[in-house]
Parts: sequence; C-alpha cells; structure tokens
Amino acid sequence: MAVSGLIMVGYLLAHMYGNLKAFAGQQAFDEYSHHLRELGEPILPYGGALWIIRVVLLVAVAAHVVSAVKLSRRSWRAAGVNRYETRRNRRGIQRSYASFTLRSGGLVIALFVLYHLAHLTWQWITPGGASPSPYERLVNGFNIWWVVVTYTIAMVAVGLHLRHGTASALYTLGAGTTSGSRRVILAVSVALAWVITLGFLAVPFSVLLGVVS
Amino acid sequence: MNITLRVWRQSGPDAEGHMQTIEVPDVSEHMSFLEMMDVVNERLTLAGEDPVAIDSDCREGICGTCGVMINREAHGPVRATVCQLHMRSFSDGDVIDVEPWRSDAFPVVKDLVVDRGAFDRIIQAGGYISAPTGSAPEAHAAPVKKQDADHAFDAATCIQCGACVAACPNGSAMLFTAAKVTHLGLLPQGQPERHSRVLGMVNQHDAEGFGGCSNIGECTAVCPKGIPFDTITRLNRDLLTALMKGGE
Amino acid sequence: MTQSDSSTSPVATVETPVAPREARVDADELFTVGEPIADAKAPAGPIESRWSERKFSAKLVNPANRRKLSVIIVGTGLAGASAAATLGEAGYRVTSFCYQDTPRRAHSIAAQGGINAAKNYRNDGDSTYRLFYDTVKGGDFRSRESNVYRLAEVSANIIDQCVAQGVPFAREYGGLLDTRSFGGVQVQRTFYARGQTGQQLLIGAYQALERQVAAGTVTVHSRHEMLELVVADGRARGIVVRDMRTGEIETHYADAVVLASGGYGNVFFLSTNAMGSNVTAAWRAHRKGAYFANPCYTQIHPTCIPVSGEYQSKLTLMSESLRNDGRIWVPKDGEDKRAPGDIPEEDRDYYLERRYPAFGNLVPRDIASRAAKAVCDEGRGVGPGGLGVYLDFADAIERLGRKAVEAKYGNLFDMYLQITGENPYEQPMRIYPAVHYTMGGLWVDYDLQSTIPGLFVTGEANFSDHGANRLGASALMQGLADGYFVLPNTIADYLAAGPFEKVDDSHPASAEAIASVNDRVQRLLSIKGSRTVDSFHKELGRIMWEYCGMERNEEGLRKAIGAIRELREEFWRDVLVPGTGAELNQSLERAGRVADFLELGELMCVDALHRRESCGGHFRSESQTEDGEALRHDDEFAYVAAWEFTGVGQQPVLHKEDLVYEFVEMKQRSYK
Repeated sequence: MAVSGLIMVGYLLAHMYGNLKAFAGQQAFDEYSHHLRELGEPILPYGGALWIIRVVLLVAVAAHVVSAVKLSRRSWRAAGVNRYETRRNRRGIQRSYASFTLRSGGLVIALFVLYHLAHLTWQWITPGGASPSPYERLVNGFNIWWVVVTYTIAMVAVGLHLRHGTASALYTLGAGTTSGSRRVILAVSVALAWVITLGFLAVPFSVLLGVVS
Repeated sequence: MNITLRVWRQSGPDAEGHMQTIEVPDVSEHMSFLEMMDVVNERLTLAGEDPVAIDSDCREGICGTCGVMINREAHGPVRATVCQLHMRSFSDGDVIDVEPWRSDAFPVVKDLVVDRGAFDRIIQAGGYISAPTGSAPEAHAAPVKKQDADHAFDAATCIQCGACVAACPNGSAMLFTAAKVTHLGLLPQGQPERHSRVLGMVNQHDAEGFGGCSNIGECTAVCPKGIPFDTITRLNRDLLTALMKGGE
Repeated sequence: MTQSDSSTSPVATVETPVAPREARVDADELFTVGEPIADAKAPAGPIESRWSERKFSAKLVNPANRRKLSVIIVGTGLAGASAAATLGEAGYRVTSFCYQDTPRRAHSIAAQGGINAAKNYRNDGDSTYRLFYDTVKGGDFRSRESNVYRLAEVSANIIDQCVAQGVPFAREYGGLLDTRSFGGVQVQRTFYARGQTGQQLLIGAYQALERQVAAGTVTVHSRHEMLELVVADGRARGIVVRDMRTGEIETHYADAVVLASGGYGNVFFLSTNAMGSNVTAAWRAHRKGAYFANPCYTQIHPTCIPVSGEYQSKLTLMSESLRNDGRIWVPKDGEDKRAPGDIPEEDRDYYLERRYPAFGNLVPRDIASRAAKAVCDEGRGVGPGGLGVYLDFADAIERLGRKAVEAKYGNLFDMYLQITGENPYEQPMRIYPAVHYTMGGLWVDYDLQSTIPGLFVTGEANFSDHGANRLGASALMQGLADGYFVLPNTIADYLAAGPFEKVDDSHPASAEAIASVNDRVQRLLSIKGSRTVDSFHKELGRIMWEYCGMERNEEGLRKAIGAIRELREEFWRDVLVPGTGAELNQSLERAGRVADFLELGELMCVDALHRRESCGGHFRSESQTEDGEALRHDDEFAYVAAWEFTGVGQQPVLHKEDLVYEFVEMKQRSYK
C-alpha cells in the first residue's frame, strides 16, 4: 500500500510538471509529450521509457488496489459494517475527513483514471473534438464546463487521498517515530495535497477561463 | 439527575442482541459510571429482571478490565477508563448509548462483556523477553539511557483494555501490539528477540482476525493511558527491518 | 463436611453478655485451644545460612521426571504468575487459574509505590540484615525471623530478575536504577516504576507466564473461579472450578496445589481491593483443613479518597507522601457547615499537630487512621456522610508556591480532581482511612506448605512474612520472592515423592467436592429471597468496619460476632440471586464470595477478640499506652494464632505457634 502509493505520488508530481507545460504554449506541450516517447533513446527504443513507466505504474496501481481490497475486507471482517447501534460519533473522535473518505475517495479516483485515460490517452471519448495534438485535445476538452467539473471533483478526491495517504505511507515505512517528525510529515502531506490539487486544476481552469487557448 | 440508558443486551455468545432502554432516575453526579451501573443492576435484580453483565475489577483505572463504548466513544467522553468516568460528565435528561467493544476478535460473552483472549495470544507470540528465573545478570550490569527507559515506560503503561480496537475503524489492535513491541524493543535486554518478536506478534495479530492499521489515530485518541502513536511507527520500522533480515 | 451447616448454624443473640475483663481467654466459649503448632522446615543455626541450608537439604527432582509432575496454581498475581512461569520453565506441567479475563489483571497490578530490595545501591548502610531487621520490627514482632530473613535475602535477586525481563524501573541520568525511601525507613531501598510499580512487575511476570504458555508448559484458565479443594488420601490433589463464562463445573487434578489467591480485604466491602478480590479459594482450603493464621491483622491506609455516597463501590488510595506537606484538620465544632475556606484558623482543629506535636501530620499510618476515625465519631467529620477529614495544602501552596506543589504532587492532585470533581489547589482535599492489605492468611511453614500436605500458599494469601503490620513496598517483594525463588525450591522437596497415585472424579473426595459445589450453586440460586447480594456484603462490611476495623474492643467484637451470625443466617434464607448457573452470572459469583466472607468475618472477630493486646494492624482499645499507642503483651501473645475450622458457627480450634526472637530484640514502638 505504502510503496505503491508513494510511486504514484512520484508519478503525479511528474505528470503535474508536464501539465504545467501547457502554460508555455502548444509547441512546448506537444514537444514535451513527444519527448516522453524519446526518453532514454538510443538505449531504449522509441516509447520504451514511457512503457517502463507505464508498467511500473500499472504494477503499482494493481498492488495498491489489491492491497486496498485486502485491507478493506480484513477491516470489514474485523470491525463489521454496521458496527455500533448508536448513531453518535459515527465519524470517530478525531479522524480527519481525508481518512474517513480514503476508501470511497480511492474508488472515485480509480473511476476517474479510467475516464481520464479514455478522454486524453485512448481518445475513446472526445468532448470538444478529437485532434492529433495532445494540446488541442486538452484545450478542446477543458473548454466544456462539465469536463472541468469532473476533473475538479477528481482532483479534490486526489487531494484528500494524499492528505491522509502520504503521511500514512511514510508512517507505514517507519518514518515519524517522534512527535516532531510526525508534525513535519503531516505538514508535508498537507502541502503536497494542496500543490497537486491546485497544480492539476490550474490547467483546466485556465482553459475554461480563457487564459490558455 | 435522571438519565436514560440504551444498553446492549445479549444473553450469550450466539444469541441475538438488542438495545434495551432503561430509565435511571436519581443519579448522583458523584457516582462513577460503573457505580451508576451497580445501582441499575440492584434495581433490575429487585425487579426480577436480569442485571446487565459488565466487566470491572480494580476500579482505579489500572487493571484494564472495564471498558464499553459510550455513545460510540471507547470508555466514554473522558480520556480515562470507564471506572474513572463520573456521572458529572453527563447532564440531566441525557440518553446514553452503551455497547460492548466490537471486533471480530472480541466475541461477546454476554451483554457488555467480551472475550479479549486474543491479546494474550499476541503476547504469547513474542511479547516477552526470555529471562529464565535465576539466570538474570546483576541489575546494574547494563545501564539504560534514561530517555530510552522513559520511552519504554510510556509504551509499557498499556493496560490491555482493548479501547484501541473498539475505536479503530479497521478493528485493528496495532496500538496494543506496537506498545509491547516498543516497550521491549527500546530496552537493551529486548534486543536479541527484537525481530522475531515483531514478526511473531504481527502475524498473530493478523491471525486473530484484527484489521490492518491505516494510521488513522483513533486508537491514540481514546487510549486511557495515552500510548503515543509513535509506538506504531516504531513497530513498522522494526517490522520492515525484520522482514528484510528474514526474521533473524 | 457439607454445605448445609451454614444455614443451620446457631444464631447468637446480638446482645452477647460481655465477659468480665479478667476472664481467661482460653476459657472463652467462642473457641477452643488445641495442640501448639510449629514450623518444622526452617533449619536452626545462623540466620544467614538457613535458606541455603534448606535449599541444600530439600530433595531435588530430576529434570526428566518433572514432565511427569503437575502443579495447579490458583491466582495469577505476582505470587501466582511468577510461580507458574518459574515452575513451567523448570519443566513441571502447570495449570494456572484466574477469575479475571486475563492473568495480567490480578490486583497486584494496582500497587503504586514500589518494591524493596536490599541492594545498597545508595551506599547508605543498607543490607540484607537491615531489611530483615526493619521488616521484623515493622511487623511489630509477630512474624517469623527465618521467613523474614529469607525474604530480605532474595530481595536483591528479584530486582535482577525483573530488570532482565524488561521491567522499566525508574532510572537516573546515568542509566542506573533510581531508588527512594518509603514507609518511614532511613535507607533508600525502594525501586519504583512511576506510580505503577505493581503493574510493571506484574506485566513482567505475566509475560514470563505467557512465554511458558507458548512453550506448552503452562495452561492458563482465565475466567475460572476455584470453588473447592480436593483433598484425597490426605493430600491436596485438585480443585473444583466454575467456568464463569458457561457456568460449567470442572475438576482439575495435579500432584500439588498452590494458592496465590490474594488477600481478604473485601470482607469490609469497601477497601482498596479490586471488586473481584475474594477469600473463597483460601477459605475453601481452610474448611478442608488448612489453618488460617492471624486473620485479624488488617492494614488500614490513612490517605484514601472518602466515600461519597451509599452507592460507593470501592476506595482509592492516594500516596501517603501527601502528608509531608498537607495539614490535616476538621472544624472544632461539628455543627460548623461553612465551606472550608470560610472557616477561620481559630475554628479549625489541626488534631494531629495538637496531639502529636513532635510528629504532627507524619505520625504512622495506624495512628493517623485512628485519629481520623475518632474525630469523625465525634461528629466533626467533613464531606458527605461526615466520613472525612481535610488535608489542606493552602499553607504549602503559600509557602512553596503552586508550581512547587504541582511538581511534587501534580499527578495525585489530578487523580483526586478526576474522582471527586474538586480542585485540591483551591479547596482542601478530603481523606479517610481505608482497608488496604491483610497480613493474615493461611498458615504455612518455611516451605510455604499449609497444614494440608501438598497445599502451598504464596503471596498475600499466606500469613508468613509481615507479622502484624506490613511495611510499605514489601507486598510486591513478598509476592515475587515467594513465586520466583522460594516456592520453586521448596515445592520440589514435596514433589520428589511424586507422581502420586492418579485421582479422578470417581474418587470419593472428588465426588464429595463436586457435589458440594453443585449443591451450593443450586442453593444460592434457589433461595430467591428479597435482598441482593451486595446489600448483604455492604452490611457485613459495615459491621466489620465498625467493630473489627482500625480500633477494636471486647464489647464491639462480641456484638459483631452476633450480628454476623444473624446476617449469615438471613443471607442463606433471603438472598436474591437472579439468573441461572449455566451462564455468565455475576450475581452468582458475588454471592459465593460473600457467603465465604460471612464465615471469615466471624473468624476475624474471634481472632481479634482473643488477642487482648494491640500490635501492628490490630488495635485493641483496652491495650494502649497513656499516649494512645499500641501496647503489646509479649508475655502472653508472642505467637501466631493458627485457627482450625470445625464447622460454620462451631468453635474453631486455636493452635499457637510460638514466636522466638533470636536475632532481633523485642521492643515497644514509640513516636513521642
């Protein structure tokens, strides 16, 4: 759970960096997109590095989902679903909303990823019109309000997921054995959650508001 | 003051349970919660009804016998054991929901009494230092840094009450397990078995049917002894080291 | 013997005529005097070498034969868990029982202060001999020298053992163990683990026990309560227990039985003992022939949080160190119902400072306790029910500053605030004495063997080491000394003759024990009277506290005996135990315990009545110095009173074990 999660966090950061290229204009963005496929050449064949990243990512996603299912099943068995009769304190004493929505948020994210790939990678759905240029696909899509809304929901879910997930992953790996270091870890995961959420939302909103076109 | 209790009643391990509403008039605010339950049980007994089974023993917050969910807070609204909770924490007219600890690994024996034997088995799986009687070296042979001794002590204050499990959304007993791993792992005497201990205890923890820890922290929030969360991160660290070393 | 004798016991009238002061004790109608008893196991000779000699003379059991020998241990406190772990480790087959849901909850866990050991780490002149001396003197010359010396001797090994197990004793910055002085002794020999030494030591023993469970040498039966002892062919061979979850009555057999079942302070209903602490295991053994020694020796602790109402279920102790800076007082006038802060100095009575100008608030436990009761009896007590005195820190806060007081007593003040809801920084604490420890218990010889062959008794359940009064931080020491170091050596001497002939349920003794347990359970359930078990227990407690508490006299004790007999008769006629025997039934559990307390209470009063002297935890108002100090009568009473059971309501037989002091000179205590 922790290792696969952290791999995905790393990927998200790189992905966000790429997205932000959109602000540098169509050429830069499309070149970046193309360059990804040339990464590692000539040692690796064309598109090789991207495939390696994809495989690693796929393994991480699979591991993350499998562990999540296992953990959830264990937890359902151990704690039950309707555990207590009382309706009070259903959300616990101190737990964050982020931890409360970790499981449901994870599901939202998983569905979103499929939608996102279908939209911008596989191009099964092409709101706003298809194009060979990734930049154009992006601009076409984010000019439509409901596309931006779906992306916003997803990014908030990602943010919440990271808000708890990053710290939790680090704890699971044995970091945070003092209250001081735990404060740092918590601050880092909150900051990371904000950076990634806002960083990803910057492009769609810029498109929608006409800053990028 | 007058209060209304809604108490979980279950006549035996395999019986169906239900919430029973009991009106409790004339409660003194000086009573402990358990003394209020004593009064309820005296009245039920005299009325020819079955008194509510509830565990308690030392009634001074150290033996860890008592423990129920009160309005879904383990041990109730005060960060202490139920025996240290007094009725002054409630108000006239309150409706108080009382339920047993719930976890697959803590089967209900009767009403509010559960079986916490799983904890003993986790200790059996490594929660000790092998020191046969008579074989001990002189106590001052190995000095212990005060800081380590103090941290070990903080972890050793666990009273094995089970509040952490009852409060954990995953039904995990990681705080209990981690408290022991940390207590023994911080002391020089505990080093030889440090890795086999953590592996044995975590495996037993999982085998007992406790859920996995996802670092939510409800356990530390309800722990009457304030066992710190860093016991869990220390356990994780030890566990990783142990796994990498193949458990030696 | 059968159950039924308890309901047909003759009921004495409450107004038993008071015997004239000079009446001969031995002629008293309440008991008879039997043959003297003596310990035959302790070697003679220099006290320093007795334990070594005994270990050498005791027979050994070949390691290969130990698997064939089994031991039952009842109780998993310090004395029971340590013995189970050690005997399991040695290779015996051990079966261990506790009424709690896990062995680690036994009431040893609640001990706060510390554990004594003659390590002399402070280089302050401590030694085994000094600890021995202090304990004999502290016990007011009513304990056995040989036993006490051995206790002091093994005390140092206990600390080594516990440290090796990972018990987190307090340490200094250099990494070495910290010690403090405790209970008025002049050396710092008390090792401690914050305010929870008992819990940490018990966890150490518990973990050692669980390690043996994992190794397969020990089987633990938790939530099992011993209800009868099986004595077959003259030997203790088994026990009858009730599985408290299912109500099933089970029998377990072994080559020897060890009782480590704790003290009987709960006979007073209100005490610092746990709710479940009971005398049943020891009392059942007593009924089967084990002598009960010195039942009247009860320790009362002066600084407990007082009773707040009729519903009160137990008393909580606060460290005596509070008396170092707190001043104890009550209003001069019992009618003075002003808030304590509004009572001016001239209307306050600092009665300890007035009566004991030299020691003031620091007089010994028993004097402080009696003085508190006296002012409350005069109607000057404070708080609910008038059972309390003020312990005031206003002067200390003014003199030292709130910060300093907080640093010293912060956690105690917090505890008080949590329990009472009153802030001791702003208004005086209220305190009252409470029963804390019982020095009496089953009589044992130097090998810790009772008068029933094969029945061994350890820890608070026996009478052996504290005499008439226990020193602070010595209970933990005794429990662990017995369990880790004494019993494992001495029991081998007995087991070496085993394994004994197999006993099972078909043995007449077993059949009788099983039938008597079943019969008793059924009787308790079938009475269906009108009073709850707790109401009987509370009434018994009130009788005991009033007449057999911290101050006793002939008239009161006779009254108490009459009252207890009446109450016992009423109990067996009118108790209401709901539910059935085939389930978890907490009322039934308590009923059985209270039934035994109702028998023990009478014996305590008889013992207190016959001992017409004051010593340690036994204060007879007829036997005091002009200053109100306890006055011993060594010429008449320098003996252990070991009582033999002859039937409920029948005269018990007194067997005297003379106490000989070869090493410590008998002296009268003085705090003037």
